[in-house]
Amino acid sequence: MTSTQHSHLSITKLICISLLMLFGKASNAAEPEQTVFKAGHSSLQKWLLPDVAPAPDDNQITEDRVELGKRLFFDPRLSGDKNMSCASCHSPMFGWSDGLGKARGNKSMLLGRASPVIVNTGFNDIQMWDGRKATLEDQAIGPMRAHEEMNINIPDLITFLSTNQDYARYFEKAYPGQEIGEDTLAKALATFQRTLVSNNSPFDQWVKGDKNALTKQQINGFKVFSDVKKGNCEGCHQAPNFTDNGFHNLGLASFGDENPDLGRYSERPLRLMKGAFKTPTMRDATLSAPYFHDGSAGTLREVIEHYQSGGFIKTNLSPNFTAANLSDQEVDDLIAFMESLTTTPKPFNLPTLPLTH
Amino acid sequence: MKLLTAMLAGLIYTSLFFISIAQATENHKVGQKNKEFTVKEIKIKKGDSIEFVNEDPFFHNVFSLSDASMFDLGSFPQGGSKKVVFEEAGEIEVECAIHPNMKMKVVVEEKE
Repeated sequence: MTSTQHSHLSITKLICISLLMLFGKASNAAEPEQTVFKAGHSSLQKWLLPDVAPAPDDNQITEDRVELGKRLFFDPRLSGDKNMSCASCHSPMFGWSDGLGKARGNKSMLLGRASPVIVNTGFNDIQMWDGRKATLEDQAIGPMRAHEEMNINIPDLITFLSTNQDYARYFEKAYPGQEIGEDTLAKALATFQRTLVSNNSPFDQWVKGDKNALTKQQINGFKVFSDVKKGNCEGCHQAPNFTDNGFHNLGLASFGDENPDLGRYSERPLRLMKGAFKTPTMRDATLSAPYFHDGSAGTLREVIEHYQSGGFIKTNLSPNFTAANLSDQEVDDLIAFMESLTTTPKPFNLPTLPLTH
Repeated sequence: MKLLTAMLAGLIYTSLFFISIAQATENHKVGQKNKEFTVKEIKIKKGDSIEFVNEDPFFHNVFSLSDASMFDLGSFPQGGSKKVVFEEAGEIEVECAIHPNMKMKVVVEEKE
């Protein structure tokens, strides 16, 4: 709520009093409920996620769209050399990332950043490490077109998809009457990604009420995670997807490199955004090491050690970054909690791909 | 003579009162709560200011790159606030750089 107050210099008490009378309506936005660390408690329900990420009105999720998107996602013919698919960098075998510190692209080119995990990315308000894309549809074509990544000429790709009888049929089933083009290609890929959801971890089961889903140590770790004077993790890794969809400079050593990656600054040229990157989800983190946008932490323990250190390059630290001062026990507890955020992966069926006719 | 002085004083007093009213500017308060601005749009007059108040338990920022008003108020913690005066009429998009989903519009109108 806004409140209005006249504060202009005035020359009479009368005016001052009149102005002061217009002071203050207090904000009445809902106060967040204090967390109670008890299985099933109402204060915890904010952490739960649905089984499928929300979709825009013009691209609602259907089985045909998911199937088409899945085929496209795993098809290496979406790259210029016909040897890289989306799944090359976002593989279910590596928690929908690639297990590399920094990704490899076209002709094995070393890319500047780690491949972001795409689990639960459909729940996020903003995409990419630097947030340069708002939605999964906006994001989908970029890596295919990028010379450093999949490096394909999009019109050539559309020709391939349109002239391939099987793909043409799959597109018609998924998007009846719509042209095969960038729009439907992006929509199908986005739809498949919205089904990549982690929402049934031991933590989720505990939130739903299963008292035995978390160990005492993991609950202690959750307390460390939430306590602003301890881990202070929740300030950025917020409910429900353990991200604030925000951007922070964590003081990583790579920010001290010559010509460092400036991250979000390329989109929002403000000092605060120099070296700032999007907060990743912590869900399924055990499946997708290494960590940070530059892949500089090999383990969850190394991630916490970084926070304990207070940052390496401190010239533009996020104001929300505070040096943690955790005991060895608290570090162990926090790691145990982070391990509880992984949903046991289900068997994943790879698609059969249309042959080239 | 006394009457004349009193009338003159009254005239000056009244003039200053209306001049003051004509020049009056307002300071509007907008909160930052639950990662949202507490209003999505606000209409103000040229010369008015907005004080942004952080009500969340973590830092927020306020900035605008709009032509009518470019500013960066930096970041501030819960309970902190920063004020900006809007000197030009126009529509201004205001955001939090840390949390880009936090957006609002300030419509600055000419004074009547």
